[in-house]
Amino acid sequence: MSDTTAPQGWFTSLANPTRFLALSGRVLPYLAAASAVTLLIGLYMSFAAPEDYQQGITVRIMFIHVPSAWLAMMCYSVMAVASIGTLVWRHPLADVAAKSALPIGAAFTFLSLLTGSLWGRPMWGTWWVWDARLTSVFVLFLMYLGLMALHKAMDDPARAARPAAVLTLVGFINIPIIKFSVEWWNTLHQPASVMRLDGPTIHPTLLYPLLVMAIAFTLIFFTLHFMAMRNEILRRRVSAMRRQAAQSIGSSEARP
Amino acid sequence: MMALLKRDLAIATRSGGAAMLGVLFFLAVVAVIPFGIGPDLNLLARIGPAILWIGALLASLLGLDRLFQADREDGSLDLLLMQDWLALVATVFVKCLAHWLATGLPLVLAAPLLGLLMNMSALSTGAVMLTLLAGTPAISFIGAVGAAIAVALPRGGLLVSILILPLAIPVLIFGVSASYAAVTDPDPFWPPFMILSAIALFFAALGPVAAAAALKGASD
Repeated sequence: MSDTTAPQGWFTSLANPTRFLALSGRVLPYLAAASAVTLLIGLYMSFAAPEDYQQGITVRIMFIHVPSAWLAMMCYSVMAVASIGTLVWRHPLADVAAKSALPIGAAFTFLSLLTGSLWGRPMWGTWWVWDARLTSVFVLFLMYLGLMALHKAMDDPARAARPAAVLTLVGFINIPIIKFSVEWWNTLHQPASVMRLDGPTIHPTLLYPLLVMAIAFTLIFFTLHFMAMRNEILRRRVSAMRRQAAQSIGSSEARP
Repeated sequence: MMALLKRDLAIATRSGGAAMLGVLFFLAVVAVIPFGIGPDLNLLARIGPAILWIGALLASLLGLDRLFQADREDGSLDLLLMQDWLALVATVFVKCLAHWLATGLPLVLAAPLLGLLMNMSALSTGAVMLTLLAGTPAISFIGAVGAAIAVALPRGGLLVSILILPLAIPVLIFGVSASYAAVTDPDPFWPPFMILSAIALFFAALGPVAAAAALKGASD
């Protein structure tokens, strides 16, 4: 790393990998504790919530299904923002953020597909339908897997960064499609009932547990994301050190 | 730019080029379907447009990984990358156009023959040709992004298909729905066809820019 004497603001100093390691190390325990507590409260509220008059006890699947679907989209949005950081400022930390968010986002997408399928069986009478919302989320899952395959295929993380960022941004078209798919096409999946301009149409007894679970899932996401980012930074340092060690051995053997 | 177009077309159409292979693959995929589902002509006529579309999609994905890789192997990609940004985007656009002329257009022209084999009506075959004419450029343009990303990889071919297939799904959806709308009575043909054309134009604008960015990123 060459030493640049450009004036650094508070935000850019935050993006220094070493500074990030120190700061995230301090924040992580609190974040983990907060997500555990919120998750416990959320789970308690979910099970204390009254049953739906139509759906009965299966409505509780919603408290896992909806937050993981939100998180699947939020995770891709985080990756898209990080990709802009990679392309515009060429910052290595942005690439680390985008790459380490991938498996987490794929896991949330899979969780939402799985719980949706379990929910669809008693409610719709089928595990899967090719409706617009389900198909677009499935496409999102495929894109997560494709991006992971791309990172696996490139052995040098620095070379994979910019192509993966381009692909992430191109794939971002899918996110608004997922969000509005239930409104643009008339489908089996129910339309949005929480994030609406005219206020949520869902009853408060079900809404509050859902919101608490959403906060819990968001906290879990950031906890996992910070942990994955720290791992990725350390992994890159280890491989860089190994390369340096191998080079110094090679040059000392070549010299005599 | 015209010279580049001619050069790419010449490379693609000479023996061993990608153009003939794509059409042959298209024929092979469509010919395999009746073996899989049985020679029921009524059924084939009903699912014919979808089969033709899927075959065309797979066939146009087939040659995509060669779009920039051949140029990289003989070093001309480095020369192309030395231009300034706008010229590079224009170059990528022309290369996509040449790729479509060499591989996409033959698929459109081969569609009537396969429509005949699939027992499709003349109207339905015409609709498939029209939608393929509008839809295959979209696949070429968005495919260029995947080709540019995988250009540095030794085994990029499969990866390009995996990366591009999710993005090509809207093209398939509206292409097939427009083809069906032409033959089934109450559905209007034009709205899905207009959306398909809009997707093609959007990808024609987005694809070259993103592909050029990926090529730049992969080279330095």
